[in-house]
Amino acid sequence: MHRKSVDVWVGLFVLLGLAALLFLALKAGNMSTLSFGKTYLITAKFDNIGGLKPQAPLKSAGVVVGRVGDIKFDDKTFQALVTLELEAGYKFPKDSSLKILTAGLLGEQYIGIEAGGDTNNLVNGDRIARTQSATVLEDLINQFIYSKAAEGNKEESK
Amino acid sequence: MPNLVEIRNLHFAYGDRSILSNLNMDFPRGKVVAVMGGSGCGKTTVLRLIGGQIRPQQGEVSVAGEVVHKLDTDGLYRLRRKMGMLFQFGALFTDLTVFENVAFPLREHTDLPEELIHDLVLMKLNAVGLRNAARLKPAEISGGMARRVAVARAVALDPELVMYDEPFAGLDPISMGVTANLIRTLNDALGSTSILVSHDVHECFAIADYVYFMSAGKIVAQGTPADLRVSDDPYVIQFVNAAADGPVPFHYPGKSFADDLGLGARP
Amino acid sequence: MIVIDWIAAIGRYLREGIASVGFATRFFFNLLAVTPGAMRRPGLISEQTHFIGNYSLVIIIVSGLFVGMVLGLQGYITLTPYGAEQKLGQVVALSLVRELGPVVTALLFAGRAGTSLTAQIGLMKAGEQLSAMEMMAINPVQRVLAPRFWAGVIAMPVLATIFSAVGVLGGYLVGVKLIGVDEGAFWSQMQANVDVQADVMNGVIKSFVFGIAVTFTALFQGYHAQPTPEDVSRATTRTVVIASLMVWGLDFVMTAIMFNK
Repeated sequence: MHRKSVDVWVGLFVLLGLAALLFLALKAGNMSTLSFGKTYLITAKFDNIGGLKPQAPLKSAGVVVGRVGDIKFDDKTFQALVTLELEAGYKFPKDSSLKILTAGLLGEQYIGIEAGGDTNNLVNGDRIARTQSATVLEDLINQFIYSKAAEGNKEESK
Repeated sequence: MPNLVEIRNLHFAYGDRSILSNLNMDFPRGKVVAVMGGSGCGKTTVLRLIGGQIRPQQGEVSVAGEVVHKLDTDGLYRLRRKMGMLFQFGALFTDLTVFENVAFPLREHTDLPEELIHDLVLMKLNAVGLRNAARLKPAEISGGMARRVAVARAVALDPELVMYDEPFAGLDPISMGVTANLIRTLNDALGSTSILVSHDVHECFAIADYVYFMSAGKIVAQGTPADLRVSDDPYVIQFVNAAADGPVPFHYPGKSFADDLGLGARP
Repeated sequence: MIVIDWIAAIGRYLREGIASVGFATRFFFNLLAVTPGAMRRPGLISEQTHFIGNYSLVIIIVSGLFVGMVLGLQGYITLTPYGAEQKLGQVVALSLVRELGPVVTALLFAGRAGTSLTAQIGLMKAGEQLSAMEMMAINPVQRVLAPRFWAGVIAMPVLATIFSAVGVLGGYLVGVKLIGVDEGAFWSQMQANVDVQADVMNGVIKSFVFGIAVTFTALFQGYHAQPTPEDVSRATTRTVVIASLMVWGLDFVMTAIMFNK
């Protein structure tokens, strides 16, 4: 019947579209790397987060172990308050440290977590104390200029 | 009630252009009434007003006692289910076959099972002589046949009122005779009322019970065909005898021929 | 005074413009209002999806393939001076999924399906088929226009997604197979930087909005064309022009809202 064959073609059409969507999501997109697992929350304070954005990766030894959640400003200590979501499968010692790093020369910024030596592990709601802020390019240049100037002074005063 | 449709003091205009003025017409039940006149006299507008497609500025049209332009959408649709309309040139749905065209109103408005619809459609097509053309598409049949299919579709639901808009326009003499015959036979067989809008004198006079003559939005003459044949109204005489000039002028009004050619401008 | 005449003319022009926007909006709401009735006949919508969607597949797939291939070429040429040709996959995928997929599909759709819808509805109106339906107590907006509207709204995102997917494949064919960009880098850079929610889904939302705009324009122009061949032809031109402009305008607004981190 004419009606039935039309339905088949339309069904195929829609299925083709879904297949294309799946292809884009899995092969072209980051769906396969999205973790829908459980996470636990850790907070940390930074003097300067640089260009860190929410959803930036949290990596240890180069492997993604979590994501940056909220970024807020604490106006009592004038520091950035960052909430991190760590995947439940990964445990880190209580004295682990955080560093804000850059992926490549012009890349996005992410947080690297380095394990400490404590026998107790971080649990939901803990605060990490040891943090290193992002390197701001201007400060680096200033440092370089001052150190060069200092060297120059030392030479002169000899 | 003797009249199925009554038109009282009807005025209709498009903006400033008056189309119909002070129209009074009666359409008795069970009769075939013809509305005739030259092109542009407003006859098709009358059909549209009866069907509720347009509203009058003044006056009223009532069908089976209900005033058409006072009905809400539901009421109007209920009314239309009692009507069948034949549009000029048929207006068949070109993407459906002849069978499906006639089945369309049955499928939309009734819950009848397919077998019953099948038989009903074939009966209607048989009445117009096109039962064996059921599988063809409108593009594959002639204009006259398409018109007959449209008649079958118009009477598919056995309506009380059937309206025909120029059913004879563009047909050959045989088809004209066939169509006229159909209109009369169906009217009598179904016991319905038919309104025929046309300018074909010969065919209309043959089948109509009563005729209204219109010119420029007014009724200029009315009566039975017999009365009108012996009428001495100049308009009727011109129309019935197909005379080129008379109350309806041949020339489009404006300057005289002499003026246009520049004659008479010389001293 | 000539100046006053000009001002009056501009005022009239503006008023007519605003009135036509209002008229179109009322028609849109009319279309939405009859939708529940139209939904009771899913066969009609399915049939129209076939005419609108399936018949557009060929041009969409071919166009998608070529756009993807060109992106592969151009992307490579642009990225090589910076030593960034490994990012080719990401460039191709993002361009397609965020912008080119929805927009180019919408423009092609307006040209192919939009004009055919306008012409069909215009000719149905000219042949009094819609009047005949009205006189049979069937609402032509519900029976004829609404199924076509929803078919277009369904078909557009499907077509846009197919366009993007085929485009990515086209970029892959040119970039990896033809030019020699590293296959692993091509896919991994793409996967790392194309976000399903932010990029792919936003693209789908865009094409959904375009579907509404283009299909509605096509149906509106067809339904309100004068029943003459000249006006039906003018109506098809209007469909393409107005639909294309709407697509560009909506694209700008949506891009500004969506990709504004």
